[in-house]
Amino acid sequence: MKQYKKLVSPYCFWLFVLTIVPMLLIAFYAFTAKGTEITTFRFTLDNFFRFIDPIFLSVLMRSFVLGILTTVICLLIGYPIAYMISKCQERTQTLLILLITIPTWINLLMRTYAWMSILSNNGLINHALQALGFAKMHMMYTDFSVVIGMVYNFLPFMILPIHTSLTNMDKSLTEASMDLGASRVQTFFKITFRLSLSGVLTGVTMVFLPAISAFVIPKMLGGGQYSLIGNFIEQQFITVGNWHFGSAVSLVLAVIVIALMALIYKAEKRTNMSNEDEEGGSRRNGKRKKIRKSTLH
Amino acid sequence: MVKERKYVKVLCISLCLAFLYFPLIVMAFFSFNSAKSLSNFKGFSLRWYESLFGNLQLLDAVVVSVSIAILATVISTILGTMTAIALTKSKKVIRTTILQVNNLPIMNPEIVTAISLMIFFSVINIDKGYMTMLLAHIAFCTPYVITNVYPKVKQLDPNLADAAMDLGATPFQTLMKVILPQIKPGIVAGALLAFTMSFDDFVISYFVSGNGVENISIVIYNMSKRMNPSIYALSTIVLIVILLVLLIGTFIPYLIVKKKGASINEASS
Repeated sequence: MKQYKKLVSPYCFWLFVLTIVPMLLIAFYAFTAKGTEITTFRFTLDNFFRFIDPIFLSVLMRSFVLGILTTVICLLIGYPIAYMISKCQERTQTLLILLITIPTWINLLMRTYAWMSILSNNGLINHALQALGFAKMHMMYTDFSVVIGMVYNFLPFMILPIHTSLTNMDKSLTEASMDLGASRVQTFFKITFRLSLSGVLTGVTMVFLPAISAFVIPKMLGGGQYSLIGNFIEQQFITVGNWHFGSAVSLVLAVIVIALMALIYKAEKRTNMSNEDEEGGSRRNGKRKKIRKSTLH
Repeated sequence: MVKERKYVKVLCISLCLAFLYFPLIVMAFFSFNSAKSLSNFKGFSLRWYESLFGNLQLLDAVVVSVSIAILATVISTILGTMTAIALTKSKKVIRTTILQVNNLPIMNPEIVTAISLMIFFSVINIDKGYMTMLLAHIAFCTPYVITNVYPKVKQLDPNLADAAMDLGATPFQTLMKVILPQIKPGIVAGALLAFTMSFDDFVISYFVSGNGVENISIVIYNMSKRMNPSIYALSTIVLIVILLVLLIGTFIPYLIVKKKGASINEASS
């Protein structure tokens, strides 16, 4: 198969031109300021000192708070749902997982657009409230509408990995724990939950990261004034036109996100390893079962 | 007790599905409304579908979205598969570096990737338009193809390819007849992911396109200030197409398997 070695070069070139160079350009803009002439740039750290600006800090805070809130809500809804699905019959599980995946294939903007008209002042919910004799509620362009939009769009990404880790688990472990006298609750917290931690971590990453860097959902459901870090970057590039500050913010966002990912990845590895140490034997059994299953087909 | 638990389970799962499907159903329902209102159903009509097909801007966007998605999927699938095959054979330094850099567009927040490409295109002075959008889409789809195909290539038995070549097949024949059929599931998964990612993309397209080139997402974004039930009509069409593809995708293999099984049964009896 040595003959195919050379096939790697086109992508090497591609990665260099369309991934590395653009990222270096962001770094370049972040550390420079426009000189007296248009063509002369000079090195500066000013773009990073501007972070101390209270306006920017409040944007950063808000992004993190909303990101964490979205993740917690998705986890609180997603875990029980994934757990209940994993307790269904295999055929029902396939169907339910498919049903949960389908909405993610529809354009995110279309889904968000639907929420705009549901939540608006003359929208469906307010119509229903009025018909029932309640007062109208103001929901659009608030934190509430933004969080609803984010939970709606990201929830499947929490359910799917947790469900995968729950179904890959060796069922005999929970049976053993119950046989040895643990209660259902004990078994859940000591066995099931711990073994599904890698799925939880994947789910948390897949919800939290897009949530803190979200840009369209807060713009559509939060209105023009609403600002999260993603919107802040867009403003710097499109309306304000300060590419240097915008690049600095993007760079910081990228560093935060990639560092968090690396941390979570490490934690995931550790949970996998400790599981393997404790239940190495049973895992092997599980594998054997899988092989047996595949030979049956 | 057990029965009660079962009811709770059914109720919770139904509530979750209701939450996920509620907006889609509202959208489909009100796309047939004869009034402009999205909360008051006045009567059945197809006027929003008519106005959709009269809306050139929206139709252009559909053409752009579909053509970019197809081109980006084809190119990134070929490029990604090629690279994944080559990577298993290349030196460890090259392999780890490429896989690491390949992860960058996946881990990076979308908006940062978008900004970096926007700066890049403006620095090298390419006019923003269809070409830049296509290049950007290939750039963010290929990493996903590689992450799907590479593990499959790694599992391959290299002796098979060597055997094919020993028996006189050219490297190209070996690739087509021995390697590709074995890694097909990975390629299909990667291509599907690439297609949906490209078709749904907004953030990157928004920053790297210009000169009137718009995909569906950008048009919806620009229209989102005003109410426009035509978007509901378009969304409903997309939803129906996805469901149809899904139905065909699940039932045709099932039918083929059944036919095969029947013919095997016939042959054996």
